[in-house]
Amino acid sequence: MNSSPETSAKCEISFSVNAEVKSVFVYPMERLLDVLRNDLGLTGTKEGCGEGECGSCSVLLDGMLVNSCLVPVGQANGANIITIEGISTHVLMKPLQEAFLECGGAQCGICTPGMILAAVHLLEKKPEPDLADIREGLAGNLCRCTGYMQIFEAVTTAARRRVAK
Amino acid sequence: MTVRHIVGAAVPRKEGWDKVTGAARYVDDMVLPGMLYGATVRSNVARGKIKKISFDSNVDWSDFVIVTAQDIPGKNCIALILDDQPCLAAETVNHAEEPILLLAHANRHKLRKAVEAVSIEYEALPSIHTIEDSEQKSTIIWGTDNIFKSYLVEKGDVDAVWREAALVVEGEYFTGAQEQLYIENNGVIAAYDAENGVTVWGSLQCPYYVHKALMALCGLPENKVRVVQMETGGAFGGKEEYPSMIAGHAALLAMKSGRPVKIVYDRMEDMAATTKRHPSRTRHRTAVSKEGKILGGEIEFTIDGGAYATLSSVVLSRGTIHAGGPYFWPSVRIRTKAVATNTPPHGAFRGFGAPQSLFAMERHMDRIAEAVGTSPVEIRRRNFLKPGQTTTTEQTIREEIDLDRLLGRALELSGYAAKKTRFAEENKNGSRKKGIGIAAFLHGAGFTGSGERYLNSLVGVEADADGKVRVLVSSAEFGQGTNTVLCQIAAEALGLPYESVAIAQPDTTVVPNSGPTVASRTAMIVGKLVQSAAKGIQQTLTKTGLLKEECTPEQFRAACREYIAEHGALKSYARYEAPGDVYWDDEKYRGEAYAAFAWAVYVAEVTVDLATYSVTVDDFVALQEIGKVLHPVLAAGQITGGVAQAIGFALYEKVVWQNGRMINNQMTNYIMPTSADLTPIRVFFEELGNVHGAHGAKGIGELPMDGPAPAIISAVEDATGVRVHTIPLLPEDLFQALGPDSFGRPVSSSVRETE
Repeated sequence: MNSSPETSAKCEISFSVNAEVKSVFVYPMERLLDVLRNDLGLTGTKEGCGEGECGSCSVLLDGMLVNSCLVPVGQANGANIITIEGISTHVLMKPLQEAFLECGGAQCGICTPGMILAAVHLLEKKPEPDLADIREGLAGNLCRCTGYMQIFEAVTTAARRRVAK
Repeated sequence: MTVRHIVGAAVPRKEGWDKVTGAARYVDDMVLPGMLYGATVRSNVARGKIKKISFDSNVDWSDFVIVTAQDIPGKNCIALILDDQPCLAAETVNHAEEPILLLAHANRHKLRKAVEAVSIEYEALPSIHTIEDSEQKSTIIWGTDNIFKSYLVEKGDVDAVWREAALVVEGEYFTGAQEQLYIENNGVIAAYDAENGVTVWGSLQCPYYVHKALMALCGLPENKVRVVQMETGGAFGGKEEYPSMIAGHAALLAMKSGRPVKIVYDRMEDMAATTKRHPSRTRHRTAVSKEGKILGGEIEFTIDGGAYATLSSVVLSRGTIHAGGPYFWPSVRIRTKAVATNTPPHGAFRGFGAPQSLFAMERHMDRIAEAVGTSPVEIRRRNFLKPGQTTTTEQTIREEIDLDRLLGRALELSGYAAKKTRFAEENKNGSRKKGIGIAAFLHGAGFTGSGERYLNSLVGVEADADGKVRVLVSSAEFGQGTNTVLCQIAAEALGLPYESVAIAQPDTTVVPNSGPTVASRTAMIVGKLVQSAAKGIQQTLTKTGLLKEECTPEQFRAACREYIAEHGALKSYARYEAPGDVYWDDEKYRGEAYAAFAWAVYVAEVTVDLATYSVTVDDFVALQEIGKVLHPVLAAGQITGGVAQAIGFALYEKVVWQNGRMINNQMTNYIMPTSADLTPIRVFFEELGNVHGAHGAKGIGELPMDGPAPAIISAVEDATGVRVHTIPLLPEDLFQALGPDSFGRPVSSSVRETE
């Protein structure tokens, strides 16, 4: 499946991660996922399937929700990336994390970082989503533990609290 | 003063904040200095003799650590129940994906290419891939008869009932393999040095299973093997036994290289090589009175164990005991067996044999209802087990369970009667047909029969000089809430705030063996031991006069400080004691199979689209009696999650086999339910209590896996009139069952009327 990224020479790539500028010297075809985890030590981004199906490796790249296992790091040059560790860099992150904890949205926790980023992305687009919006908005992120019910509740709770403020 | 109870309250999950912030440490998040990566060269034939292993000369192999069966210092097996499964195949292979050779290298990309540069020549041997092939015995691949294990349960004189029966109803039911599909793949890191021996950090359910397997494989004494469970990203039974294999592989590479070795599978390898739910076939032949009472019957339950014995005997046991469902059988003969095929061994998956035999039982109840000319609801009412009656293993039901009432409540919650009428009317038009179905079932908590006695679990609780308490168990957290619930129980027992109690990371050098984290046993069995051990701390402090029975956290802290200053440490242990009134006969398979059963009635509502042949679940009511709800949010999460997996089992998840090899081993083509597929799963609890569990708790982890599939298939039948006896039921299967133009065509009946 994954072919070796060591096909072209290493080069310097710079981007912003959680509001900090980072430069890495890497093969441009390396997966953004591996660079985040191995070169930058941001292990909150998880690998579930390596083929863009499960969404565990979701990060925000220039405001888009992407599977970082499918993004060659070369494409991230100059980009603005937010990972689960960027709790203080996005206003929606902490309320969602609190709601996930409270509502039981995290069980084994391996899908949780990606799921929370997908929820951030959803609430950015739709601050007051209905159930259908949530089901649709999170459909790219698989969870094997919860049956999603408590994740829906967490997203609804975070959205409601934000609107109430 | 009002007492605020911690047990029963929705306290925050212990490791929850770490999980929502990405700080929780899973094994792949860990890197050790000088660490190599390990990979496995596997068999690509189903059965054969290994003739030659060759290494591509274009690769510089001097860079690689290479391990074969010859490098194993101890016994070449994965020690579990029978020692028949090799850690590395030496002369023959018995299934595709069987590990043969191990490689390690510092560069993962080079490693991947190197795996492909090893070629193995085989002399092919005939292989078998189905239960039927295995039963034929024309090719023997295991033992003398291809049978890993068989059981016979006999109650009453079943041979006498056929004469008095008004009806004899026969049926045959099948369930497919199912992949656990934890989102975190299997993985471990192993390190070795002569002084400390082998240490393994891994994603796993049962630290002491791995410990036992490594001692045998590495030829090391107990104190030279250390197993540490890292945060584990889902397991569902899939990390009960296979981690012993991967840990063995990493340990062998670490021993040979002297460097730490990480093996983390990618998704394709994990799906192809590791264990899945056992495929099953169940045959029912039931004698029924004209009023629809079961008089007796024969049940034949067979599971496909794959190439090695692994846990099949235990899975079979649970399937056997649950085969009669929550019904009263005046007489019954249950014959069951686990057979060998040349597929990777099937193993533990939530429910452990019960979802298979209960699917058959519940589908068969619908067949009986039809034969008698009554409804699925009524046939169940007439046959439910009642307090004082005995199960198929002659266990007397002592708890005051009223299944009739439970069923009534489930029907009410789901609006069953009104929907049934409405759907029948609406289904006359259009291509979208609605249906509603039910399933009633039970699930035994804890190990079967004398299992808990053999496990002999030990639990510890310790307090430090600051009055902080730590629970010491090998029971693992992998999402279910072990950490939280056990801390709640300890806090409640000591009258301390929840925040004062923590749980130790499972590490075999730190925690005693509280048994494996399986069989819905943690809350009930281990929870009760945690409660006893915590009370032991309190007793120690009261006996020495440092504490009164009722105390504040401050007084507790002061007492701990004083005790520790004098004695050095404050620890208390509790060991499992079998209840005196529990009797079990392993030979005859008779007696008290489980200390407690959880009971449930589920109702599923579906839409079948006759344009696409897809089935969607529109509403799901899950009502269960689980003793005591220790944590409302976690308990509900266990149920919704289990129901979702079981919806997958029924409608989505199909393992496609080709010569004993899974060929759809990707998330792209093995489909589990997404958030877009699932509509509300509504969860309701009843609490009768249970004398054997902490605060009256029973096990609930596996229960929700049992009922959804038969309820959903019953609803599909209600919607379309087609009889379905095999799951998974994908659109193409339904298309075949219905035929393009034959909506509602009844399938030939298997009912025989006597006299």
